[in-house]
Amino acid sequence: MNLADIVQAMFGGLPQYGEILALVSNSVWAGAVLGLVGGLIGVFVMQRDMAFAVHGISELSFAGAAVALLVGVDVVTGSIVGSLIAAAIIGWLGARARDRNSIIGVLMPFGLGVGILCLSLYNGRAAGRFSLLTGQIVSVQSEQLGWLAGICALVLLGLLIIWRPLRFDSLDPQSAAARGVPTVGVSFAFMLLLGLVVAVAVHIIGALLVMALVVTPAAAAMRVRSGPLAVPVLAAVFGVVSAVGGILLAVMGTLPVSPYITTVSFVIYLVCRAIGSRRDRVVRAAPRPAPAVGRS
Amino acid sequence: MTSPAEPPAAPLLRIRGAGIRRDDRELWSGLDLDVAPGELIAVLGPSGTGKTTLLRAILGLQELSEGTIDAVGQPVRRRGNRRIGYLPQARPLPPETPLRGRDLVGLGVDGHRFGFPVPRRGDRARIDALVAAVGASSFADRPAGTLSGGEQQRLRVGQALADDPRLLLCDEPLTSLDLANQQAVVDLIDRHRRTGAGVLLVTHDINPVLDIVDRILYLANGRFTLGTPREVLTTRVLSDLYGVPVFVSEVGGRLVVVGAPDAESSAHHHDGPDEELHG
Repeated sequence: MNLADIVQAMFGGLPQYGEILALVSNSVWAGAVLGLVGGLIGVFVMQRDMAFAVHGISELSFAGAAVALLVGVDVVTGSIVGSLIAAAIIGWLGARARDRNSIIGVLMPFGLGVGILCLSLYNGRAAGRFSLLTGQIVSVQSEQLGWLAGICALVLLGLLIIWRPLRFDSLDPQSAAARGVPTVGVSFAFMLLLGLVVAVAVHIIGALLVMALVVTPAAAAMRVRSGPLAVPVLAAVFGVVSAVGGILLAVMGTLPVSPYITTVSFVIYLVCRAIGSRRDRVVRAAPRPAPAVGRS
Repeated sequence: MTSPAEPPAAPLLRIRGAGIRRDDRELWSGLDLDVAPGELIAVLGPSGTGKTTLLRAILGLQELSEGTIDAVGQPVRRRGNRRIGYLPQARPLPPETPLRGRDLVGLGVDGHRFGFPVPRRGDRARIDALVAAVGASSFADRPAGTLSGGEQQRLRVGQALADDPRLLLCDEPLTSLDLANQQAVVDLIDRHRRTGAGVLLVTHDINPVLDIVDRILYLANGRFTLGTPREVLTTRVLSDLYGVPVFVSEVGGRLVVVGAPDAESSAHHHDGPDEELHG
């Protein structure tokens, strides 16, 4: 592949950009909604130290979708079922971080293996066979896109309803329980919402790359802000910019969407890290009035 | 602000015949304890004797094997109780915690509320008042994760006092604080006690709170002793409680207990990183 081919692959669609955009407008909307919800839920994923759990859930979601493909039922339903089973198992067995990581470590390769087995047995179109792993939103049918956006809206609603108890439980589960927060129920509800977001993300960005929309935007936002409103808002903005920006860049050519989304979200993270470390330096240089206990 | 519904003379906490067994091992049993309004009781004892478990039982987070607990006028039934203030053992917050200092206090005001996270009228004023009351106004707007251990602990006291609780439970509130911050937190707890609240304070070091303690509940070996510091912290009483010779003496104005065996040999559970009483 020479340079001309690469340019053709990246920008070949530019002359017809307007027409292409019209064709993929549903994908752009679905990406925007996912970016928004992924960014918001990512703040809690970070606070609860569950990035690895996101990865584990996404592999079982992939397995569910692959099984659905093989037996000929709806793929979105399959991915949601796989996702919710994984989220429930992790939520149920993995209350403590150490247990959780070992459970995820056990579940994840099993899920990937089942998924790859089913894809290998599947006799359908060879093209797009691995799109569940690496994502291809523009190949998702429009009625399914409606479903995906609807699920995201549902998660957004659920997340807002449990927002304050979830925030309390994420920071200090003992105090939350002492003040009557049903911490077990809140944690479980969070896992189910997370499972739903991951199932949607599997279709848009692919099982292997889910974290680019569910972890990276929130991690970037937490580098530069610390307010209870600023962090979620910024994370949601980063998520939307990553998803929509990635799709808009990708449809200029013939390359898949996912690498663009992951690149945009990664660049945002790098910029935020740079800004955050500069801010840290400034804070450290300024003398502080209160006696500080030696912590980094 | 809420005012206590019961007459002021009634005990804020009444424990009768309480006991907790875990895996056939008895943490303690036959525990009777009354906490009167304005009374501060320190809970002492080696690690693994169930001091934290006692606080959790009062909050309804830990079921009793036997006995009953009435807290702020009602029998303990449900999990959690907003009429009791609780200051659990502190861990420093991660530096990237997405909250400001005042939001730690805010969790005590609205952290239990479900529904769209829209502040109610009066929430802001309540948080401002709590922040001022714990002397945190100067750093309350800084990111919570960048605050020192003492600053975080003051804000956590503010969180625990959010509903002006008549009963306050503190679990090792002074651990890993420097002397100045220890004194500041002790003052905050004492000031709340002076408003008529009862306080139960778990600690491994009696010295910072010796001046404000009314009585001591000393747990060891599945048994307990209850009395004033002068009654409990003696060589004879503690030797009897531990079943081995233990010496209490005063060194440079501080009480030290020498020779107290750790509960480790007989205990399989640990409530946390608390240590034996030392000076």
